[in-house]
Amino acid sequence: MPREQHDYDDIPGTFVFDAERSREGYHLNMFCMSLMKDENRKAFKANEAAYLDKFPLTPEQREAILKRQYNRMLELGGNIYFTAKLGATDGHSFQHMAAVMTGSTQEDYAKMMLAGGRSVEGNRSKSGADKRAKSKPKSKSKIRSKSGSKRG
Amino acid sequence: MARIIAGISSSHVPAIGAAIDNGRTQEPYWQRVFSGFEKSKEWMAKAKPDVVIGIYNDHASAFSVEIIPTFALGCAAEFPPADEGWGPRPVPVVKGHPELASHIAQSVILDEFDLTIVNKMEVDHGLTVPLNLVFGSPKEWPCPVIPLAVNVVMYPPPTGHRCFMLGKAIRKAVESFPQDLRVVVFGTGGMSHQISGPRAGLINSKFDKAFLDNLTKDPKKLIRMPHLEYMREAGAEGVEMVMWLVMRGALDDKVDEVYRFYTVPASNTAVGHIILENRQRGAAKRAAAGKPKRATRRVAPAKARRAAARARTAVRRGR
Repeated sequence: MPREQHDYDDIPGTFVFDAERSREGYHLNMFCMSLMKDENRKAFKANEAAYLDKFPLTPEQREAILKRQYNRMLELGGNIYFTAKLGATDGHSFQHMAAVMTGSTQEDYAKMMLAGGRSVEGNRSKSGADKRAKSKPKSKSKIRSKSGSKRG
Repeated sequence: MARIIAGISSSHVPAIGAAIDNGRTQEPYWQRVFSGFEKSKEWMAKAKPDVVIGIYNDHASAFSVEIIPTFALGCAAEFPPADEGWGPRPVPVVKGHPELASHIAQSVILDEFDLTIVNKMEVDHGLTVPLNLVFGSPKEWPCPVIPLAVNVVMYPPPTGHRCFMLGKAIRKAVESFPQDLRVVVFGTGGMSHQISGPRAGLINSKFDKAFLDNLTKDPKKLIRMPHLEYMREAGAEGVEMVMWLVMRGALDDKVDEVYRFYTVPASNTAVGHIILENRQRGAAKRAAAGKPKRATRRVAPAKARRAAARARTAVRRGR
C-alpha cells in the first residue's frame, strides 16, 4: 500500500515521524532502543548482522542500519531520538549525526549553526504551497492570519 | 488553597545538560547560554515555589515506541534520572508531590482530559535541564516537581488548543487543592530547531520572537496554529512548542512578562526562555497581607438570592 500523502510531506528535507512511520519503523526503533544497554551495544558491535537477526526488520531497514544511512532510516520509520542511540553507539554526537544527515561536515555544520542556523527562506515548501504565507509581512499578525487560512 | 503564581518556559537542549555535567559552563560558547539564566535563578530564589509542575517530553528514555501516551502525569513520590545512553545525569532525584498530582489527575480527567497516570517513571534531560537552568546544580531540588510528559515525538502531538485547555484544567485542579501551595508551571522544549533529515539545523528567529510576544500578550493567536506551521516555520522538532501552551493556559489571561532571554544556538537549537507572572488578584493580595478571606461566604447568598428571584418569577408565570 503506498504511503498516504499529508500536507507536511511538502516540507523539504523532512521525514515526519507519524503514526504510519511509527508502525513501519517499530522494530527498527526497538533495535535502537536495545542499544541503551551496554551488553547489547557490545553484542551489536561484535557482530552487527547477527545482532540484527534478532529483530524482524525489512531488508531495506537492515541495509540502512548496516550502512548507517540515517536519512534512509528516517524514511523507513526510524525516529531521530531512537536512531541517535545508534549514533551514540558509534561514539558520535548529535551534532555529528545532524551534519551527516545534511551532507555536511561537522565543522561546516557547527559553523552554520553559530552563524544563526539554516534559514527558513527557500526551505519552507517543495511545491511553493507556502507562497501566499511568504509574501505576508513577518509580523505577529502573520501567525493569526496563516493559522486562520490553513486550519482544517 | 493552592494557586499558580507564575509560568516559566525554557528550551531543554540535551547539550546544555552535557555542558553542565562535564563542567564546560564557563566556555564562551556556553557562557553565552548560561548567562541568560542568571536573572532567572535570582527570580526563582525569591519566588520560592512550593511545587513545580513540569511540562516536558520524554526522548525515548522512559517511553519507547511500545507505549506512547499523549499526556502522562507523574504521580509517584520520586522520579530517578534516566540513563540516556551515557549513564544517568548526575542530578538529584526528582521528588514528586503525589497528593497534588493525584488530585490533579482526578480533577482533569473529570474535566475530560484522559490522562495516563504514571506511578513509576524515570525522567530525562527534557525535565532536568530546565530545572538546572533555573535552580542551578543543588544537592537536592529545592521543591517537589510533578512531571507531565507530553508526546511530541510521534506525530501528531496534541494540538496547541488542547494543550492550552489542559493548562486551564490544571489550574482549576490546583485551585481546588485545599493546602496553601504556591505553584509554578514550567513549559519546556523548543524553540525553533530541526535535528532530523537534510533540513536539520533550521532556525527561525523571527518566528520564535513572534511566538514569545504572543505568548505573553495574545496567546489566543497561537492556540489555533496548526502543526504544519510549526514544522514548516520552526523545524520538524519545533512543534515541541505546543508544550509552552500548557503553561500559558494555566496562567491568567493577562500576565506580566518579567524576563525573557533568547540566543542561537545551543548545539542544534534556538534557546528561548520567558518568565510570566500572574498578577496578584484580590484574594491573593489579601492573603499576602494576612487579611481574612471573605469571598466564599458572600458569593453563596448572592447565588441563593438570584435563585430565589428566578423561583419567584417562575411562580408568577404560573409554572
